[in-house]
Amino acid sequence: MSATGADGDATGLGVSDGAVGGHSGASGALMEVEHLRVLFPIKSGLVVDRTIGHVHAVDDVSFTLREGETLGIVGESGCGKTTLIRTLVRLLDPTAGVIRFRGEEITGRSRRQLQPVRRQMQMVFQDPQASLNPRKRVGQILATPLKLRGLAGDRIEAESRALLERVGLHAEHLGRFPHEFSGGQRQRIGVARALAVEPRLILLDEPVSALDVSIQAQVINLLEDLQEELHLSYVFVAHDLSVVRHESDRIAVMYLGKLMEVSPSEELYDKPIHPYTSFLLMAIPIPDPAENRARTRQVVTGEVPSPIDPPAGCRFHTRCPRASDLCREVEPQLTEYARGHLAACHHPQNVSPAEIAAARRSEATPLSAGAETPRLPVSSA
Amino acid sequence: MSEPLLHVEDLRVSFATEDGLVQAVDGVSFEVDRGEVVAIVGESGSGKSVSAMTVMGLTRGPNARIDGVVTLDGQELLKASESQLQRIRGGSIAMVFQDPMSSLNPVYRIGDQIIEQIRTHQPHVSRAQAAERSVELLERVGIPRARERMRSYPHEFSGGMRQRVMIAMALSCSPKVLIADEPTTALDVTIQAQILDELRELREQTRAGIILVTHDLAVVADIADRVIVMYAGRVVEQGTLDELFYDPQHPYTWGLLGSITRIDRDRSKRLPAIPGVPPSLLHPPAGCHFRPRCPHAFGQCMQVPELNARVADAPAHLDRCWLTVEQKRSVRQVDGQIGLASPSAVVS
Repeated sequence: MSATGADGDATGLGVSDGAVGGHSGASGALMEVEHLRVLFPIKSGLVVDRTIGHVHAVDDVSFTLREGETLGIVGESGCGKTTLIRTLVRLLDPTAGVIRFRGEEITGRSRRQLQPVRRQMQMVFQDPQASLNPRKRVGQILATPLKLRGLAGDRIEAESRALLERVGLHAEHLGRFPHEFSGGQRQRIGVARALAVEPRLILLDEPVSALDVSIQAQVINLLEDLQEELHLSYVFVAHDLSVVRHESDRIAVMYLGKLMEVSPSEELYDKPIHPYTSFLLMAIPIPDPAENRARTRQVVTGEVPSPIDPPAGCRFHTRCPRASDLCREVEPQLTEYARGHLAACHHPQNVSPAEIAAARRSEATPLSAGAETPRLPVSSA
Repeated sequence: MSEPLLHVEDLRVSFATEDGLVQAVDGVSFEVDRGEVVAIVGESGSGKSVSAMTVMGLTRGPNARIDGVVTLDGQELLKASESQLQRIRGGSIAMVFQDPMSSLNPVYRIGDQIIEQIRTHQPHVSRAQAAERSVELLERVGIPRARERMRSYPHEFSGGMRQRVMIAMALSCSPKVLIADEPTTALDVTIQAQILDELRELREQTRAGIILVTHDLAVVADIADRVIVMYAGRVVEQGTLDELFYDPQHPYTWGLLGSITRIDRDRSKRLPAIPGVPPSLLHPPAGCHFRPRCPHAFGQCMQVPELNARVADAPAHLDRCWLTVEQKRSVRQVDGQIGLASPSAVVS
């Protein structure tokens, strides 16, 4: 019996849909997202609903997730990070754009056609209390996805036990209800349920932010172990930049539905190119009194503008100290600097004129962006 | 300085529940001086919020048993009558809660809610004067177009703005003590930084004492002067900010310090997590409450250690651990940083 093996999909998946198993992408890309938009209509009217506007939740986002990679997505509340990953698993329908999973486009698929794909990508939600059915025993919660995988009878029981042990719980927990567990244990059950269908990709929506500090570290370590054992890819959404840094290979910073910066994880913290990223980093208190006292802090003023009527040009210009007239008028292109570091800013920081000259327009640039190349602000040029 | 502003001595709070007696707070003592920020740190169920709420008289009830002494400027609070407390709450002591949505009344305008609070505590103030003062307060906490915003309802405000309104209300009667219970937990980091700045400024300007209840050690390091670490209803360690971060004496404190992810450190391969889960307060473990999770526990830990000063030259640095200071200093280093060793590494 193959317990959630790393290469279990080759046999299991070809049966229902041969196409999905075949393409594992020579480029190593597990998921490609191109110009994805998710707009929510705002309705008004007494008799006939008229659409009077849209919430621009995700507005022309493109990225590629590599096999075995962890991509972190950070941003303030309302930046569209949760909408984005819910759309990736097609819990929400995109307004425009393309999502390809292992080379197969999944954007236009029906529920039925999605089934084989959904078995390869699973979601773990923020609140383990709300995402487990309180009336079902753990055994039943795990049995449903196992049945979908085609197991029956004794094998379900055996596999459930194996899953629980894999996430650090005990086999005798199978007969218990979710309320009999602590928050951290419930989150482990959520992870076990996601693993039950042997996914390649797990989308984690704030997986530790509802947990106590001492428990957060346990769950983060568990996720790292599982990734290593099962060669999983993660998309990790969180508002806590220090947790994301610990987990991710690459990090995408979102603001008002747009990508502001995408960077290898370490570089984002050492050398943020977009002013918004520095803002986020500067706002994080450091758990060390002396370093806090030594730090010059610059508090971000203002709040996120409404996504119903987002600012023209660069979306961050209303709060940005470097903003110029150009920023107010023209949406910046996503510029690719060395080491695949992308930033959408007219006046980037932490880059030399030579680096700017060597940079090029990224293919992930939103369609509405202008053709202007980045330049240093007048004052420091 | 003469007498401390707020004095809490041997506070004990227990609740009779259907399943048995819950000793939520088991002997907490601390003082808060003017202009000082005292942080109470702990996980859910550690008793940190109950301690703070008891100071406000918010945990009274038929099934609650409260013992100890709490004095504010010489006035005893635990034995104060309900009507005396009404005057104190919102007047001398104000509170800011975690969730600003559920602590504002959704069907009243923001302005009316602040005016009501001012006039309740200062009946001689006219409505117009109270309105003027409300506008000033909203401006002080950084709400733009404050005069217009007086007519807004809570749902028209973002989370950070609502928390600012809560702070404005708390300030309305110039409190001597402000209790902030997880004031930034529900907010984004950028807004958290703004609110912490607000609290810092408030302390400078009004010299109010602040009790900050939080689970976030980074916030503590940012703003607190003294720290109290609670675990399962007991204080396990208390001291100044620097004592606690640079010479922590209790293994639970090491665990907390070690298990937080930090942006200013190389990301180590693994986070040293605290094993196990916090105990149920219905059936707390015998002896030291942290014993079942502590890799350094030994026979003596079956008895409850006193909360004593054990470090030389630090009379106000108290902890509850049987290990000697030398032992502690040698075992608390994990990979060159303070943390809790993994149990397998310690088994002797």
